[in-house]
Amino acid sequence: MKKRKKRITPSDFILDAVIYFILIFAFVITLYPVWYVIVASFATAREVTMSGGLMLWPKEFILGGYQKVFQDPYLISGFANSVKVLIVSLPINLILTLFCGYFMASTNMMLKKIIVYMMMFTMYFSGGMIPNYLNIRSLGLMDSFWALVLPGAVSVYNCIICKTAIEAIPSSLQESAYIDGANDLQVIWKILIPLLKPTLAVLTLYYGVSHWNAWFNASIYIRTKTKLPVQNILREFLLANADQNGGGIGDTFDPYSEAIKYAAIVISTLPIMCIYPFLQKYFAKGVMIGAVKG
Amino acid sequence: MKHKENFFVRLQKDIVRNKWKYILILPVVVYFLVFHYKSMYGLVIAFQKFRPARGIAGSEWVGLYHFERLFSDVYFPRSLRNTLLISVLTLIFSFPIPIIFALILNECRVSWFKRIIQTVTYMPHFISLVVICGLVSTFCSSEGLVNQILEFVGIESKESLLTKPELFYAIYILSGIWQNFGWDSIIYLATLSGIDVEQYEAAKIDGAGRLQQMRYITLPGLIPTASMLLVLKIGGLLSVGYEKILLLYNDLTLEVADVLSTYNYRKGLVDGEYSYSTALGLFNSVVNIILIVMANKLSKKAGQSGIF
Repeated sequence: MKKRKKRITPSDFILDAVIYFILIFAFVITLYPVWYVIVASFATAREVTMSGGLMLWPKEFILGGYQKVFQDPYLISGFANSVKVLIVSLPINLILTLFCGYFMASTNMMLKKIIVYMMMFTMYFSGGMIPNYLNIRSLGLMDSFWALVLPGAVSVYNCIICKTAIEAIPSSLQESAYIDGANDLQVIWKILIPLLKPTLAVLTLYYGVSHWNAWFNASIYIRTKTKLPVQNILREFLLANADQNGGGIGDTFDPYSEAIKYAAIVISTLPIMCIYPFLQKYFAKGVMIGAVKG
Repeated sequence: MKHKENFFVRLQKDIVRNKWKYILILPVVVYFLVFHYKSMYGLVIAFQKFRPARGIAGSEWVGLYHFERLFSDVYFPRSLRNTLLISVLTLIFSFPIPIIFALILNECRVSWFKRIIQTVTYMPHFISLVVICGLVSTFCSSEGLVNQILEFVGIESKESLLTKPELFYAIYILSGIWQNFGWDSIIYLATLSGIDVEQYEAAKIDGAGRLQQMRYITLPGLIPTASMLLVLKIGGLLSVGYEKILLLYNDLTLEVADVLSTYNYRKGLVDGEYSYSTALGLFNSVVNIILIVMANKLSKKAGQSGIF
């Protein structure tokens, strides 16, 4: 004890105990539902239904849920559609956001102010649900894959994040490139992109999550079931009245009927869960900007 | 006249000089015109008897007819009341949690533990609403976890909790807190990392304990950020999103759960009353923008920088 520099007073000890208790409580509360989903994806339907949400480990460990996911035609098409949306959307999102951020960060342009105002205004005022719907319909995008890509092509909020990141780069770098005869595209490609990698990674995450988790637009614009993205298929699976499942406990009950739902959740959520921790340290900046700019 | 010419000459030079920048921004401008401004133009159908087959140009103008209908619609006050109630309750219960969480997390001196807690508590923010609402309905089902816990403490309930109107707000708000308390604490943690360490040193020399430091240094350090966010929330009082409500509500909870945006959805997209629901949406947007402008004034008055 003598070697310790700081003496721990009893009140400090109590404070620490309270703090760690609360933090562990927060940890358990956050993690338990996630853990339950993972466990339920390996458990039989009977066990899941009986547990009603209280299960720490499956008594009988089955993998059939995951196999079933890859046999369900709508889940397969759902996953394929969502991946397709990501592959097509993300390059569009990133390129436009980068151009837009570059434009917003540049100076000495007469039309900059009016263009920026025009974009910012849409953050506070929009046509609303019905005019948007009728607009998409008049553009001929009903039941089209592009209705899931184009309406979310640029987010003003993300452009502002990008603009702030560009402004943080010393302008002398860009100026010396201009003197060497580089044009705007070369400046973006050779100087900005290498320096903006963390920002671009965070923007990819934000855009990716918003596309991957979206369901509402598809629910109003897409009519053909095989064109629906994965969240809409999950919605049918999950919200098909959780209470009706209880009636089916019996021998004829498909043992995988619950596991397949949870396996689908795991598969649909896992990619994001594996990526965001690596970008965690960059979140603070974006959130700060977001709060200030609305 | 001379001045005007001068302007166009300058503009022409500006466009030539910055042609690449203007070319780069062109697709973005086109996007905003096509997907935002064109649909804003569609707001005029609030003043029409809009028939899709005839289009905006061919539909009959009816003035403020739909707004008159709106103010005599019995479901309009209900959804307005629910919207306000949900926003205010959410504000009261969800707003302090991230502040308290950041305060507590800031006191954690073990950095790896702190990082794990952060990573885990940020996670629900990335889970889709569909999955979250699916889990909510599982846990709140008649045999669900929540009912099991309630039974354990002696409250017997054999119904799905989502069918009980009196519990809808609690479920809505608690699941919202679960999803976002970690994420919402980021901004406070970032603010805390900006507090001068010397203040703590000085407080220690003056004999302040950790609780006193929390009370007199850390908490006051959070207040500017918290008040700014509070003002922003006031600007959003009338904009309860439809996505989560649509996923959670049912016929039994409609009475308390139906908000302006979900009512708008049902009227417009389910019943197909385009003009009427556009009028409702327009009313909502206008009130929102008034609230935002007021909130901005308020935040400027309070000495914070405004939002625009």
